[in-house]
Amino acid sequence: MCTTCGCGKGETMIDGEAHEHEHGHEHVHADGTRHVHPHTHDGEHAHEHAFRPVQGHQHLHYGHGPAHTHAPGMAQGRMVQIEQDSLAKNNAYAAANRRRFAERGIFALNLVSSPGSGKTTLLVKTIAALKGRLPLAVIEGDQQTSQDAERIRATGAQAIQINTGKGCHLDAHMVGHALEKLDLPDAGVLMIENVGNLVCPAAFDLGEAHKVAILSVTEGEDKPIKYPDMFAAADLMLLNKCDLLPYLSFDVDQAIAYARRVNPKLEVIRTSATSGEGMEEWLAWITRGAAAAQEAGKR
Amino acid sequence: MHEMALAEGILQLIEDAARNQGFTSVRTVCLEIGQMSSVEPDALRFCFDAVTRDSIAAGATLEIVDTPGQGWCMQCSATVAMQALYDPCPHCGSYQVQATGGTEMRVKELEVD
Repeated sequence: MCTTCGCGKGETMIDGEAHEHEHGHEHVHADGTRHVHPHTHDGEHAHEHAFRPVQGHQHLHYGHGPAHTHAPGMAQGRMVQIEQDSLAKNNAYAAANRRRFAERGIFALNLVSSPGSGKTTLLVKTIAALKGRLPLAVIEGDQQTSQDAERIRATGAQAIQINTGKGCHLDAHMVGHALEKLDLPDAGVLMIENVGNLVCPAAFDLGEAHKVAILSVTEGEDKPIKYPDMFAAADLMLLNKCDLLPYLSFDVDQAIAYARRVNPKLEVIRTSATSGEGMEEWLAWITRGAAAAQEAGKR
Repeated sequence: MHEMALAEGILQLIEDAARNQGFTSVRTVCLEIGQMSSVEPDALRFCFDAVTRDSIAAGATLEIVDTPGQGWCMQCSATVAMQALYDPCPHCGSYQVQATGGTEMRVKELEVD
């Protein structure tokens, strides 16, 4: 993504193919005509910021004016009520994905974590354990390379790699396109491994049943309060790499307490892909979810 | 986070509204951003200016209304004020507080011509 304008044209790749439509810069002009054109990246900043903070003695206050009472200016401007979430477009794609999952009894999980938490290794072990029990496919999100999808395919499971280019998260539109390329059987499990990032993926609904946050014990126990949005958005936290606890000063109870400060309803499972700790509990959690999705799909 | 993607989402909502409601320029965009939402208002302002350049919303004033954080304290069985997702209940000190308000980021209304 261009850091001046956010333009990410041509950056998103789904299994190595460029994904370019709807990535132009379309504009509606005053006469109603629409066109798409490139824009300059020379760093110019053509207009002044129209909005400036009210400056008090000790603070800058940006939220001037009473809440919910914006009045139109003196001229003939009229007010148009929008009342929509800023992510309404993404949410509409997510709702479409969710309908597809529901109709087909598919249990979809969105795995989110920092880079290096052990998501892919845990996923590989999970696939091996579920083999023959549940059909499973994977959507892998990374900025670059298809290494993770190749690791998944080596297990025999289907995997589609989405490269977000400079993008920092998967969105529901990308996932919708990846679904077209997957031949996922009905009543299966779809694991979406998001881009390793504890910030942005929190806000983007992909149509999943649950976000599953993976926190490894080699990270700090205070990550849930440093990056609260992600732990608030998740329904389950896997505390991973627990086999390393004897070598670390990581305080498990404190980490769980911090996570539940942000999200009192968060479920927690201690896992280790290496020792197998917690794997049965995690597999049982998936199996229960998949059974509920299958049941709902029959209705 | 990703304020650029949010700014693009806001512009798409404006362009949709322009098609449906037949306006040709936008003076003011009024947003409601919860104090506990994952949006940094200053970063969003910067991105909004960049994204709306040459668009129907070019030069529009972005007015951001903060909505206060709110949560449900399970111990007090009451709605309480919160500033951050990890805040304790201001009355009983418990962390059993589930956020119920102030996490939204909405386009509320537009002033248009």
